Amino acid sequence: MYKRIISLIFVTIFLLTAVTGFAQDKVEMADAMRSNGKIYVVVAVCVTLLIGLFIYVALVDKKISRFEKNKD
Amino acid sequence: MRKSWWKILSFVLLAYTIIGGFLLDVPRLHILNETIRNLYFHVCMWFGMMILFIISVVYSIKYLRTSNHRNDIFASEFAAIGSFFGILGYATGVIWANYTWLTDQNQSLGNVLKEPKLIGAAIALLIYGAYFVLRGSFTDIDKRARVSAVYNIFAFAMLFPSIWIIPRLVGSLHPGAPGSDSGNPALNFNDIDSRLRMIFYPAIIGWTLLGIWIATIKIRLQLLKDKTLINV
Repeated sequence: MYKRIISLIFVTIFLLTAVTGFAQDKVEMADAMRSNGKIYVVVAVCVTLLIGLFIYVALVDKKISRFEKNKD
Repeated sequence: MRKSWWKILSFVLLAYTIIGGFLLDVPRLHILNETIRNLYFHVCMWFGMMILFIISVVYSIKYLRTSNHRNDIFASEFAAIGSFFGILGYATGVIWANYTWLTDQNQSLGNVLKEPKLIGAAIALLIYGAYFVLRGSFTDIDKRARVSAVYNIFAFAMLFPSIWIIPRLVGSLHPGAPGSDSGNPALNFNDIDSRLRMIFYPAIIGWTLLGIWIATIKIRLQLLKDKTLINV
């Protein structure tokens, strides 16, 4: 009985993965952008923005620390 | 800079979010396609907003218990950054919905405007907008702090029906709502893909820490301002 249930579960899982695998093949993704490496340009731009943003916030933080020291 | 380890952690996590979020593999989903990567940015804004609002309401309750003016400043600045995150979440959601709902699913504009998640989020943000109007309308500092602390608790309570409960009761295009046959069930957090989760959770922590950092800067500025006011 248990064996039968387990085998049934395995068959269902196998079928499900097969079906989803089939469905996934048709979904359009930006694969061309990845294969020619242009995606790295996007990543470089975004990381540069992030670095700039954090440097700015850190500088403001530092400035306020300086004010806090002077006031006390 | 003070206590900087979590500020560096925030940077590291966000750098990981961008690099990993753009380069690592994501599940191939219909309608969403490559836009599933917005999960690391758009959804994190709402998570960050929620966490910042929780911090804000904790400080409001603290103010009501202690009448310490510091707690009022903490509550108002955390609510300000939380609202800012909410506005960013709304704006990014508008862009995302424009492509996945209007263009790809051929939903009419009327359908999108009726969207309960959008209306609920707008109501929640407007209630927080009223919090700042209320704060600005008092000249007496103690009265302002007390009334706005009470209002902040009300605004926080209103978040639950407007963005958590009602959009989940009525059908919605937005993922996560039952009865949405056109929404993508993969975004349901019960079966969210592990490849997404690997970046999604660090991204939430990173964005939230950035929000907390900016809030602490504003709080320290406000405290300095108050100090100079008292000294003069």
